[in-house]
Amino acid sequence: MIINHPLLGPRDAQEFSYLGDARLIERPDPAAPDAAQQFFDYLYLRENPAGSHRELWYHEQGDRSWLVVTRNTLTHEITEVELARNVALARGGRN
Amino acid sequence: MRYSGFRILKEGLTGHKGWRPAWREPEPQAAYDYLIIGGGGHGLATAFYLASVFSKARIAVLEKGWLGGGNIGRNTTIIRSNYMLDGNEPFYEFSMKLWEGLEQELNYNAMVSQRGILNLSHSDAQRDAFRRRGNAMLMNGADAELLSREQVRKMAPFLDFDNARFPINGGLLQRRGGTVRHDAVAWGYARAADKRGVDIIQNCKVTGFRMNGGTITGVETTRGYIAAGKVGCAVAGNSSRLMAMAGMRLPIESHVLQAFVTEALKPVVPGVITFGAGHFYVSQSDKGGLVFGGDLDGYNSYAQRGNLPTVEDVAEGGMALMPIIGRARLLRMWGGIMDMSMDGSPIIDRTPIDGLYFNGGWCYGGFKATPASGYAFAHLLATDTPHTTAGAYRLDRFLTGRMIDEKGMGAQPNLH
Repeated sequence: MIINHPLLGPRDAQEFSYLGDARLIERPDPAAPDAAQQFFDYLYLRENPAGSHRELWYHEQGDRSWLVVTRNTLTHEITEVELARNVALARGGRN
Repeated sequence: MRYSGFRILKEGLTGHKGWRPAWREPEPQAAYDYLIIGGGGHGLATAFYLASVFSKARIAVLEKGWLGGGNIGRNTTIIRSNYMLDGNEPFYEFSMKLWEGLEQELNYNAMVSQRGILNLSHSDAQRDAFRRRGNAMLMNGADAELLSREQVRKMAPFLDFDNARFPINGGLLQRRGGTVRHDAVAWGYARAADKRGVDIIQNCKVTGFRMNGGTITGVETTRGYIAAGKVGCAVAGNSSRLMAMAGMRLPIESHVLQAFVTEALKPVVPGVITFGAGHFYVSQSDKGGLVFGGDLDGYNSYAQRGNLPTVEDVAEGGMALMPIIGRARLLRMWGGIMDMSMDGSPIIDRTPIDGLYFNGGWCYGGFKATPASGYAFAHLLATDTPHTTAGAYRLDRFLTGRMIDEKGMGAQPNLH
């Protein structure tokens, strides 16, 4: 698989390590009254779709950036690659 | 028809005209008491034990493709009970005991071969860990032997003992481990279940569940609606897709695991040899092919095929362990889809929906578990209580903190 890095261009997927569903960016609020339930959901439950999947890849052998890769789990085709930082900022994360 | 040596002789002398199909191809009935989704090893074994041990009737197995066309036909055929944790080891040892009597029970030659499984160690720390695991195995009634470097050398002289990075200093041997002809397990269970009246319905894909106030009433399929008292799901690899139809999200990711087989060679590998440090394991089939594999590709996949970096990684592992493998030509390679659970251990449990039961999350340990998984799932379906060896395989253990994490990897499924 070739991941088209937004800053570095096409890179071999072997340079990256894989974390999982991009929903892991959305860490629950530990102060919420139902934080235990929310963290259970966050940490352990997955949509695990057969088809389009947004997932986190880390460019470990490269520029050490986290990417959100949209990839089809049935064909391994990659349709979109974003910097995870931009994704997090767009949903209201702090710089 | 009972299979026997006499039968083969008789058929041989009469032109093989007496053989009959090993199971029927029935039309689905309107309703069953027990509906098993998934006609692989675990589903067929569940149906068999429901009918035989628990004396239940009106049972059907629904299979979306052909019988045994999923992971039961895509694994590397290894059986073993060399686990450490209390939640696991009694279950896998129960499975091993069922393997030992399987062929007589099914009247089917599954080529169960207890040729031994050897885990290699390369450091004092790893040997200590093996000693601990071996003791845990012995305490649960399994067999385990700690081998010295010289004992390993006697057994497998072709290994590279003085590898610069991972010199071999011994190993943990389970002599009762070994291999089984994987397709024959599916066929044997199917034939034995069919003989006891189980309807095995192939090319019948489940498209939805029908429920009434939190209780299951039946399933929608590509061959029409089928009503059911209890529904058991055993579709590891596709568990998330199936259970999503019932509105459930699971602590599971689907990952691809590749396996390989070489051309047939003369006997060289005595049993199963695992090289955990180098991500490689190997055995030799009765036809002579070296059957080997390594780690997951490492990303979510339903593709049933992997990518080349993993092929390279496995080949490197093989060359590091046994350089002679470099002269063997690869015949086939394939990928199977694993239900990778969040602690590396399986789930056999009820679900929040009355009458709906779940069996999955087998990671890459599903094949060896086939008999015990079927037995324990049948026990759960028939009695609504877990089998004594499967009581820890709870669906809610991630919420209650009762994980069974053999490798201590945490909630990172691609590392288990």
